[in-house]
Amino acid sequence: MTNTLGRPDFDVIAGWVEPGHRVLDLGCGDGALLKRLIETRNVKGWGVDIEDANVLAAMRNGINVIQSNLEKGLADFADDAFDHVVLSRTLQTVRHTEHILREMLRVGREAVVSFPNFAYWQNLRSVLDGRMPVSEDLPYQWYDSPNVRFFTLLDFEALCAQMGLTIVERRVLDEAGEIVQAESPRDLNFLGSLAVYRLTRPR
Amino acid sequence: MPGIGVVESQRIHFSEPLHLRSGGILPAYDLAVETYGTLNAARSNAILVCHALSGHHHLAGHYADAPDNIGWWDNIIGPGRPLDTDKFFIVGLNNPGGCHGSTGPSSINPATGKPWGADFPIIAVSDWVNAQARLADKFGIDSWAAVMGGSLGGMQALRWSISYPERVRNALIIASAPKLTAQNIAFNDVARQAILTDPDFHGGHYYEHGTRPVRGLRLARMLGHITYLSDDQMGEKFGRELRNGSFAFDYDVEFEVESYLRYQGDKFAGYFDANTYLLMTKALDYFDPARLDDGDLVRTMARTHPDTNFFVASFTTDWRFSPARSREIVAALLANGRKVSYAEIDLNFGHDSFLMEDPHYHGLVAAFLGNIAL
Repeated sequence: MTNTLGRPDFDVIAGWVEPGHRVLDLGCGDGALLKRLIETRNVKGWGVDIEDANVLAAMRNGINVIQSNLEKGLADFADDAFDHVVLSRTLQTVRHTEHILREMLRVGREAVVSFPNFAYWQNLRSVLDGRMPVSEDLPYQWYDSPNVRFFTLLDFEALCAQMGLTIVERRVLDEAGEIVQAESPRDLNFLGSLAVYRLTRPR
Repeated sequence: MPGIGVVESQRIHFSEPLHLRSGGILPAYDLAVETYGTLNAARSNAILVCHALSGHHHLAGHYADAPDNIGWWDNIIGPGRPLDTDKFFIVGLNNPGGCHGSTGPSSINPATGKPWGADFPIIAVSDWVNAQARLADKFGIDSWAAVMGGSLGGMQALRWSISYPERVRNALIIASAPKLTAQNIAFNDVARQAILTDPDFHGGHYYEHGTRPVRGLRLARMLGHITYLSDDQMGEKFGRELRNGSFAFDYDVEFEVESYLRYQGDKFAGYFDANTYLLMTKALDYFDPARLDDGDLVRTMARTHPDTNFFVASFTTDWRFSPARSREIVAALLANGRKVSYAEIDLNFGHDSFLMEDPHYHGLVAAFLGNIAL
């Protein structure tokens, strides 16, 4: 599979949607993921973003986009309106973590979440060396980062268990965007720079 | 970018009666119309721009004999502007009941040979849309590339998408609402009371008395104007500035905001027809397309076409048609899986923001219209 420039998680997500599916992309940016899913997977897509520039860029890309603040939930969306609700590289910027995960699985059958793994060995080494990590998947300095939640793959799985969410599938990628093959979650946690999850909840 | 330049208006006669929502009938009527750009051979590039309470057909450009009379939405229409006249054929009209050349209360009632006055039938947004559909027929336009409007104009765009779903490929609903709130109706009623209680109103038949309810209309406009602006904007623009620097301790104009409002009121009362003002505010109050679906807007929006693209926009400082009201439209469209984009635009001009020239706002409109395949 070829990577979409710097967004290997898009490949994983594209593999999980079926033609005709209704996809909601939270924090959609310029709509690149949806544009790709519409063009290659023939889905119906809507994006949500709060930034003026992103709303404009998404509209220029011909993507349906709703300007909204994710921290306030997804009140504009009805229950079970979507097959997939995507939150790619955005969960770490959302303060109300549990609320947004619940909302995603209220309006969607399945939640797809990708996030940078703070336990990735390069990140750990950076911290051991005395500096906060800056990498392909954490491309910010500590003082200009939009990230407000710092967590690992294992932290996330513990939260899912605590919330009673089912992990349907997990893909872990290294900094180059290659799939990390490892048996134990501990190894994945150490080797993975970016994690992509497929979640459902019992209905 | 230069605008459209010199434009001309036309009057188009419709001899078939228009049966109105109120039960009234308009036996025949004229519409004042302006168009800009060229209708393409496939007649697929037409955009209808619907006007709000005080608007009309003169959207853009100026008249050869009146260079200062510039159209009310000139900043968005023209070559290279968001409503690009090099690409689109733009249609503006004065709605029936108006006072800018279309048949309205000051027109002659053929049954009496006198001005309609108060006898002009109450007209609803859906009636305007029906009249506009006949106008589209006259032009041979099967479906609009887009129907667009702000405020009461946005209600017409919304109504188009419900009443004639197959004739609207794109709808732009700006600073609008699916229905008015009680507070909003209350403002309208105060405005109407100002007109109705003016001694010069004569039960709406003031034309025959050679007079006009100027005082009432002026008050109505002053009140309306307050609600179209934001508190912050008024504060920035006028603050507590005094015209003469100190208190005069009388009831003359002292604060700059008073001077501004009186000027706006006088200007408006000088040209606008009071009966038209009454009709327009009633059309606003009655507008509630979900009423026939037991108030369920989701069911109402199911009547729209699945292929119609919607752009709904609101302004952060607009408290007369607040963002929350636009979001109701968005939510009902989303619940039906409709193609909709929504922007909440941070502009400081209250409800009037929709008329302002702003790069982000106009960029959004241009982006939406730019995706239209002709």
